[in-house]
Amino acid sequence: MSTNAYVNDGIPFDPAVLEGIRVNKSATERRIASLGGRRAVKKDAQLAFMLKAISCIDLTTLSGDDTPGKVQRMCRKARNPVRHDIMEALGVGDLSLTTGAVCVYHPMVKVAVSTLQGSAIPVAAVSTGFPAGLAPMETRLEEVRRSVADGATEIDIVITREHALLGNWQALYDEVRAFKDVCGEAHMKTILATGQLASLTQIAKASMVSMMAGSDFIKTSTGMEGVNATLPVSLTMIRQIRDYLDMTGIKVGYKPAGGIKTAKDAVLYLVLMKEELGREWLEPELFRFGASSLLGDLERQLEYHAFGGYSAAYRHALG
Amino acid sequence: MTVKEKLETMEYGPAMESRSNVDAWLDGHGRAFGLFIGGKWTDAESSFPTYAPATGEKLADIASASADDVNSAIQAARKAQPAWEKLGGHGRARYLYAVARLVQKHSRILAVLESLDNGKPIRESRDIDIPLVARHFYHHAGWAQLLEAEFPDHQALGVAGQVIPWNFPLLMLAWKIAPALAAGNTVVLKPAEYTSLTALMFAELCVEAGLPDGVVNIVTGAGETGASLVAGDVDKVAFTGSTEVGKTIRRQIAGSGKALTLELGGKSPYIVFEDADLDGAVEGLVDAIWFNQGQVCCAGSRLLVQEGIADKFLTKVKARMSTLRVGHSLDKCIDMGAVVDQVQKDTIEALIADGKKEGATVWHAPCSLPEEGIFYPPTIVTDVGSDSLLVREEIFGPVLTVMTFRTQKEAVELANNTRYGLAATIWSENISRTLEVAPALMAGVVWVNGTNMFDAAVGFGGRRESGFGREGGAEGMLAYLKPKDASKRADYKPIAVPAPRPGSAPKQTGLPAVDTTAKLYIGGKQARPDGGDSLVVHDHKGHEAGLVGDGNYKDIRNAVEAATAAAGWAGQTSHLRAQILYYIAENLSVRADEFTARLISLTGASKKAAEQEVEASIRRLFDAAAFADKFEGRVHEPPIRGVAIAMHEPLGVIGIICPDEAPLLAMVTLAAHAIAVGNRAVVVPSARYPLLATDFYQILETSDLPAGVLNIITARRDSLNVPLAKHYGVDGLWYFGGLEQSAEIEIAAADNMKRTWLSGGKAYDWFSDPLLASRRILEKSVEVKNIWVPYGDAN
Repeated sequence: MSTNAYVNDGIPFDPAVLEGIRVNKSATERRIASLGGRRAVKKDAQLAFMLKAISCIDLTTLSGDDTPGKVQRMCRKARNPVRHDIMEALGVGDLSLTTGAVCVYHPMVKVAVSTLQGSAIPVAAVSTGFPAGLAPMETRLEEVRRSVADGATEIDIVITREHALLGNWQALYDEVRAFKDVCGEAHMKTILATGQLASLTQIAKASMVSMMAGSDFIKTSTGMEGVNATLPVSLTMIRQIRDYLDMTGIKVGYKPAGGIKTAKDAVLYLVLMKEELGREWLEPELFRFGASSLLGDLERQLEYHAFGGYSAAYRHALG
Repeated sequence: MTVKEKLETMEYGPAMESRSNVDAWLDGHGRAFGLFIGGKWTDAESSFPTYAPATGEKLADIASASADDVNSAIQAARKAQPAWEKLGGHGRARYLYAVARLVQKHSRILAVLESLDNGKPIRESRDIDIPLVARHFYHHAGWAQLLEAEFPDHQALGVAGQVIPWNFPLLMLAWKIAPALAAGNTVVLKPAEYTSLTALMFAELCVEAGLPDGVVNIVTGAGETGASLVAGDVDKVAFTGSTEVGKTIRRQIAGSGKALTLELGGKSPYIVFEDADLDGAVEGLVDAIWFNQGQVCCAGSRLLVQEGIADKFLTKVKARMSTLRVGHSLDKCIDMGAVVDQVQKDTIEALIADGKKEGATVWHAPCSLPEEGIFYPPTIVTDVGSDSLLVREEIFGPVLTVMTFRTQKEAVELANNTRYGLAATIWSENISRTLEVAPALMAGVVWVNGTNMFDAAVGFGGRRESGFGREGGAEGMLAYLKPKDASKRADYKPIAVPAPRPGSAPKQTGLPAVDTTAKLYIGGKQARPDGGDSLVVHDHKGHEAGLVGDGNYKDIRNAVEAATAAAGWAGQTSHLRAQILYYIAENLSVRADEFTARLISLTGASKKAAEQEVEASIRRLFDAAAFADKFEGRVHEPPIRGVAIAMHEPLGVIGIICPDEAPLLAMVTLAAHAIAVGNRAVVVPSARYPLLATDFYQILETSDLPAGVLNIITARRDSLNVPLAKHYGVDGLWYFGGLEQSAEIEIAAADNMKRTWLSGGKAYDWFSDPLLASRRILEKSVEVKNIWVPYGDAN
């Protein structure tokens, strides 16, 4: 699985682009409120959407008590996210379904890379002083370099929220640009920590600046903020992806992270991507979920579709 | 398609809502329905089929009510009405509450039936129509409960005949029936012939709720059934539908004394400023013109977009249109359903063809349409101007026209360049701009940064040819009530000039008095009548008391022009308007003796009576002045994060044709209240005693009243009724005189849908303070505009 098909080299910082950005919160919410009613996904389509969702998960563990054993177990789950008998029953036994990536802190990169050897599953490392991003610039840059050196092909960076909150867009651009430079070939996902930003308009501007600075993905949250991914925030961010595409022809990916726990939520996110950006954004190259418990619910729902009875958690492998 | 293939395409499949309950219900009735009259189902002599527009399948046979059937329904309603009204507010509230509950309990089958019969997406009937129906009955259960407290001295009108359209069948039924019942009326309702089924199911809910027989009657049928209902012995006609039919109804019932509300067509502007959330505004358009296939009277069908962002915006609109899904009404995976009937589709196609001939560029969204059923694609029309057919005419289909504007001022001008005035939408993130534009738009409803928002508490209705009357809220209740004194009024009699007794003429001695010339008063100036003729005014003994101008239609033209030019009066502060009214009162008080003497000499009133009339006139001026800054709107709290601001706006130019009784008091009362809230008036004073009015303009001249706010045209009795009624620049017309003349005015006023207040041959007691309470007059002097303002920015 190559994520290199989509690379954003960025464009020079252009503050004029930001002036036209306005997001109306009520209108954004209304679009979200009617979305599910306009696009009910049922039967085979629902199965396809749930399987697709699994292929887009960055299976994540970001905890102070992570150990190599825990990460190895998660990597095995990433390789075999759904019990084989379920896949067979659904007629997709030969699909080689895996999650989109695994996502860990820097010290766990090596063990993840070695556990996933032989698979195409990339290892993503959260970086740059995750989650607050307030470490000295030198150490943040160094953290990226080391994770790349250890084999991470995806780097999830965090922005300095101060720059967005104060409207210091040039500073934000410079910061993201600096991270991009040290990422090299690794794919860079830029976390805006939207739960800590002031308004949807500010989130939209931060999204646009991050893309101008070369982000390959923009991502909502670290999972550590009070509010993580939401649909209105997602709609706001992906509309900026669309405007950036119209402006540059460059396709940037999207990663909502934190708070997405149910199959129903996941399907709605995919619907949102398809409606606002199109079919192409339903692949892991351009869309990821940052999630840890979502996979469990998807697997249970798939078992229901395969065998007609609702499942229980203990029947599925722990990640 | 296998799951694997689906994984490649990631296509949505159809997600059909089950219709088995609806089919069972239809089968249970043998797929044939009668009329619901007096709580019983009765057969009619003929019937007609009703179809599902999404597939063309026949759903059932519907009874076609004859004139006799309609009359029995009206009789049943008439019989039930006294007991229903006597039941009292709380009793009626209990029934309405039960109906609301039943709508909720049966919400799914109602939604499926509605979508099947009408063709609208199940999402809309399930998430919008039916919840609003339940909300409407709950809200009006509340009005029933509060009726005696909130509307003292009012009573029900009696029997309401209600004719509703096919675009929101059950919702329109709720808008009609709920307020009528809450106020103590009984109803005969005719649903549209294409969409009768939910009304028939509703009749069953009425039975389930135990509603007394005859309180609600449903007569199905086509236009003739509706015409029979309108012509029948009803006290109120409420109609929602086309402007053309609305005008016909108005002319048909003119002079009958039936109360009337009309909710008619529209061509509502959708204004997008350069500082708007463009993606939000694009999505709003989906709700504006591709909601219910554009078959919405308040559809935002005229896009006005600021020129600098027009290309960018249209690119976004077309991209969004390309992802719209059109399909079977029960598919839960669509944005747009079927057009209601082939007739409607033919109408849309004919209009589009004519538009193309005019040079319009028509772009259809590349959506796939189902092979069977009646569908029309989302469509956008460019290369049009305000002269274009497609911009001027209501299409009632999913067709959006596009024009650009340069400035805010131009946006408002273009928005108002229409004979309609139902709704308008404004998109801008600048609240200062939106709150300046909203009051400037000719519309009964304005949505800011959103569209097609509705709530039972927030009145809905139009201006100009979009009709009159409001549905929802307190103003909607007033449309089903009348003052208790209304039925007690005596007949109006014009006051004749007595024949002079021989030898009673005053003798001329010495030099003649200096001749005084009473002129017309137009635009703040005394003006000679255009025709150059004068009329003799007689005193109470039949002797000549003086001459006044013989005003004609050209004088009306001049006066209306002056009144129109004085539009700035509406923008003055209410404090200033009050001050001027007080000043007029002050100046009248200074010259009270003169007016008393004039009243005595002209009318033969006793000194005491004449003094009382002058004193009462001063008091009424004080009333109007006092209310000028107190007859305010209100702020509604609809179920959104936001408010709906109900503003009282002046009608504009009001013609006031005054009665002979209390010639000073009636004129002063009416004119003072009209101008207190910002209207300009063209007053035709009592034909018998016009000298009081020509004396009065001298008071106006010394009271700082801006030119054109109040104009006075003396004339022969009833000679200016029709010129005023036919004048398109006159927005309201009040007439106090004969029944025949009232009818004639009503017919002439139908064309531009003037708001009329006609005495209908009845006399008012002009001295009665309760009967002429300021609020009653002011309610006739304003239109309610509801401005929806959703807010919120914090993340």
